[in-house]
Amino acid sequence: MIRFENVSKVYDGQRRAALADVNVEIDKGEFVFLVGTSGSGKSTFLRLILRELRATQGNVYVAGRDLAKLHSWKVPSMRRQIGTVFQDFRLLPNKTVHENVAFALQVIGKSKTTINRVVPEVLDLVGLDGKGDRRPDELSGGEQQRVAIARAFVNRPMILIADEPTGNLDPATSVGIMKLLDRINRADTTVLMATHDQTIVDQMRKRVIELDDGLVVRDQSRGVYGYAT
Amino acid sequence: MRMRHIFAEAGAGLRRNLTMTLAVIVTMWVSLSLFGAGLLAQQEVGLAKGKWYDKIEITVFLCSKAVAGDNCTPGQDATEAQKVVIRQTLQSNPEVSANGVYFEDKHEAFEEFQKAYKGNPLEGSLTEDQMQESFRVKLKDPQEYAGVVSSVAQLPGVQAVQDLKQILDPLFSWINLLQWGTIIASALLLLAAALQIGNTIRLTAFARRREIGIMRLVGASNFYITLPFLLESVISALIGAGLAAGTLGAGVYFVIIRKAQVSIQSLAWIGWHQTILAMAAVGIVGILLAVIPTLVTTRKYLRV
Repeated sequence: MIRFENVSKVYDGQRRAALADVNVEIDKGEFVFLVGTSGSGKSTFLRLILRELRATQGNVYVAGRDLAKLHSWKVPSMRRQIGTVFQDFRLLPNKTVHENVAFALQVIGKSKTTINRVVPEVLDLVGLDGKGDRRPDELSGGEQQRVAIARAFVNRPMILIADEPTGNLDPATSVGIMKLLDRINRADTTVLMATHDQTIVDQMRKRVIELDDGLVVRDQSRGVYGYAT
Repeated sequence: MRMRHIFAEAGAGLRRNLTMTLAVIVTMWVSLSLFGAGLLAQQEVGLAKGKWYDKIEITVFLCSKAVAGDNCTPGQDATEAQKVVIRQTLQSNPEVSANGVYFEDKHEAFEEFQKAYKGNPLEGSLTEDQMQESFRVKLKDPQEYAGVVSSVAQLPGVQAVQDLKQILDPLFSWINLLQWGTIIASALLLLAAALQIGNTIRLTAFARRREIGIMRLVGASNFYITLPFLLESVISALIGAGLAAGTLGAGVYFVIIRKAQVSIQSLAWIGWHQTILAMAAVGIVGILLAVIPTLVTTRKYLRV
């Protein structure tokens, strides 16, 4: 589903590589944690998959497509196969929950009938049924993140990328979010989650890829946050 | 569905930046009006030049009792022998068209004078005998007057040689200067309008950066993201261009068709044909001025 082949990324005007010779393969339906300290290259890794960045060397494949050879006008259609969730939720404050989720479908040209059918379904799935008319500032942090996940998942993407989705949430709420991501993963969606949250990684016992200073220092199935002792 | 969303976004953008939109419309209006006026003035000068240059003839005034010159015997009319020499010199010049030499005697000159000064106090001030005889000379090519003028200027009996082009040329060069002034002024204003549109779009893009970020994230096409911005600037440009076209139309109707054409019939005047062409040019320039800065700005701010 996602494959990095000898990928290096050096930002303009910098000597040090943000990613150096990374080789990673993530299969369809996997749940993968991406861990590492700040500046270790996690964000660069995710942005390469979204093709917000291009690799300096090597090839990134997403859903069988070589992103280096992908024309920039094809990037939007590639991104429709990837759902994205961020630490800061990125909801539109002047739209309701329903409208926030519907917006993602509107702008890729889905019909009103489809939107009215699919949005309540996905709100139900993330546990927000009945809250479609609320505005984001009327919701708790956990609920806002659920809206963001609903928006990322409403188009049934093959890949869900989550960049510190629990970074702004308390531990109890985080557990709920992780259960939701796990449920989405069981529906055969590949989930790639960058995180600092040691408890979550240790509890979930999923594959862990650890980056340090741009290098993959560990790739372990059923791993924990620190080195397993 | 898609289109409704795009129009709603464009409308929201126009309302959000109402003052900027008005500034763009007014700048567009004034600059495009000036631009169109420059085009029309150029057409008019072209027409007038063509008509006047066709009529240009050289007038060789002969000595008379009343007016003296370097080649005249004071107080005497040009003699018949002198007239024959002058006529032959003119007729043998290759630049003079066949049958292009016409002699105007005192009687004809007096009738012309009376016609020109009818009702004027000067009308009765001169007698027929005081009129000046002249040769009117038509040229094959009005540009080539210099040789003909110099061939007769020094002949005895010639009081003065007048060439209309000598009078018209300074006039046309002034009009030319004025035209270029108009065009340069309108170019500067158009540049200001284009920059203003770029700025307005930048403001809108900034106001909508959250939406745009999400649109990019969920895979909205570039075209879909750019279209509201394009519509927003094209709508303001079209309003400005429409006002400019109206201004040009009103100007041509009230100044040229109602006034100038009626009172100055000796000139060729531009009509609706040239006006419609100028309006079309104004419309095209207006749309280009909206589309180009918008695309440049959105490329910069909405890059994937």
